[in-house]
Amino acid sequence: MRIEAIGCEPLQLRRVHLENSRSLDVYRRNGGYEAVKKVLDGMSPDDVINEVKKSALRGRGGAGFPTGMKWGFVPKDSPKPKYVVCNADESEPGTFKDRYLMERDPHLLIEGMLIAAYALSAKTNYIYTRGEYRYLIDIMDLALDEARAAGLLGNRILGSDFSCEIYTHTGAGAYICGEETALLSSLEGLRGHPRMKPPFPAVSGLYASPTVVNNVETLTAVPDIIKMGGEAYQKLGTEKSGGTKLWSVSGHVVHPGVYELPMGYDDMEKFIFEDCGGMLDGKQLKAVIPGGSSVYIMRADQIVGKDVRMDYEGLVAAGSSVGSGGFIVMDETVDIFESTKNLTEFYKHESCGWCTPCREGTDWLVKVFKRIDSGDGRPEDAQLMLDLCDNIEGKSFCPLGDAASWPIQSAIKRFPEDFRRRLAKNGDGIS
Amino acid sequence: MSSQPTQITRIGPLSQPVSLGVEPATFSSMVEAEIDSHLAKYPVARSAILPLMFIVQRERGYLDPAGVLYLANRLKVRVTDIWEVATFYSMIHTSPIGKYHIQVCRTLSCKIRGAGQVTEYCSNKLGIKVGETTADGRFTLSEVECLGSCGTAPMLQINFDYHENLTPEKIDQVLNALP
Repeated sequence: MRIEAIGCEPLQLRRVHLENSRSLDVYRRNGGYEAVKKVLDGMSPDDVINEVKKSALRGRGGAGFPTGMKWGFVPKDSPKPKYVVCNADESEPGTFKDRYLMERDPHLLIEGMLIAAYALSAKTNYIYTRGEYRYLIDIMDLALDEARAAGLLGNRILGSDFSCEIYTHTGAGAYICGEETALLSSLEGLRGHPRMKPPFPAVSGLYASPTVVNNVETLTAVPDIIKMGGEAYQKLGTEKSGGTKLWSVSGHVVHPGVYELPMGYDDMEKFIFEDCGGMLDGKQLKAVIPGGSSVYIMRADQIVGKDVRMDYEGLVAAGSSVGSGGFIVMDETVDIFESTKNLTEFYKHESCGWCTPCREGTDWLVKVFKRIDSGDGRPEDAQLMLDLCDNIEGKSFCPLGDAASWPIQSAIKRFPEDFRRRLAKNGDGIS
Repeated sequence: MSSQPTQITRIGPLSQPVSLGVEPATFSSMVEAEIDSHLAKYPVARSAILPLMFIVQRERGYLDPAGVLYLANRLKVRVTDIWEVATFYSMIHTSPIGKYHIQVCRTLSCKIRGAGQVTEYCSNKLGIKVGETTADGRFTLSEVECLGSCGTAPMLQINFDYHENLTPEKIDQVLNALP
């Protein structure tokens, strides 16, 4: 597996290949904790937020919401304590970038969180890591101890007036806890059910206090933004999608891995066929899910010769989205009916059960998939699945319902032949 | 509409003690200190529920009724509060489980790189189906959802350890090396 930057100088991946890259010593010798020093030496919290706004950094967890704006929503005059929570509940199928950031460069995350905590005046902060990543929690705990011993955490950090603490927290196997309000429910010791928005976490989050929840990749981008300035960071990418982005590449390519690309990288075909070494065993490209399992699946002919730019706008124009950057490449041997069934079983398993459309809908969808799979598909089944999706999408309590619907809707539309083949015996009804 | 106020039968508080028929679990002073260190992280004790459940599981094999009672007392919440959280999360086990929990990732990226063969190989080697535990209590075989190891597929996790880029030979090696 490869971990490297293509088309840009590595920012977030700068240190991952250094020996002892986890240690404070190596981090400091390679530019580490300079950003937090710069912040404490004379930037106000508002200055920090403004730089992040200028950087056009968008949340890397999947939703792509502008980070500076999210920070700006936290009320300054609230008497309540404020919290920064790092979302390290990386569970979107096809996504594994946060894992390597934490494994190889834990101090980068700590520095990013320190800067966020300073900008938002947060004294207590948590890293919510999925339970399966136990070894990463151990790595983070060691790094936090090192930082504490060096005066980078705790009281009067680096001799300034700023004090704060960061703690690790473990999840226990629930995809839904990657949704920020479900994550906060879980962090409060409850079932991981999403909460009604508004109020948004920025106003009423953890323990009903102002809270910012940011993905690992988002927070680890912050130190470079401070060091080079928001404008310079933005210019590495495009006007609306600043900076660089990590893509987790899996499936049928010669070199799967984590790749750091400038936003707006040109283009997806080159990325697959050159940068990732091309298709495994010389097979034909059939489909790509470019942004984690929840986004629209793309046909090869939407990519090859289509000059698809890899950023938020480029992928929407091409008929999908960036999502979490979980880039799953599938060759001609993959049956899209099968792959969509696999993902629908995932969503059924991970539906938290809180709202009816998602709980019942995903269960029903799996039943229809199984019926078709066993050869008992009915002529109306493809339409039935689309109707079910229509009754989940936009009607569920949180985005998990949308995420469960989009793969099916796009698969039936873009790969009708794979569904027709299964339904051929009794008629397919696909128009 | 009658002007008379509706008579509502008051439902008793849910905080009535629930008898589990067991005594709460006890732990060594070292484990108690570890539990204290987790509780110290949070302004609200209940937040430590998941970290504490993992400790109870590690010490007792699974989250048994005595462990549940212990957690309820320790966190000053109801027994039902513990159960409702325990039954939500797939990594919390409320029934006994093998010493080695073999969890094969079944989601798309692993699936298209041979997850099915990994499950089948483990199943044949151990003589159990998915969801079963060997008679000696040594192995439990499960299929789980995406573990974030898609670039190194196919993979499986044994308890907390990742084993990636699997081949039949590598699976043999890993399983044979377990103490």
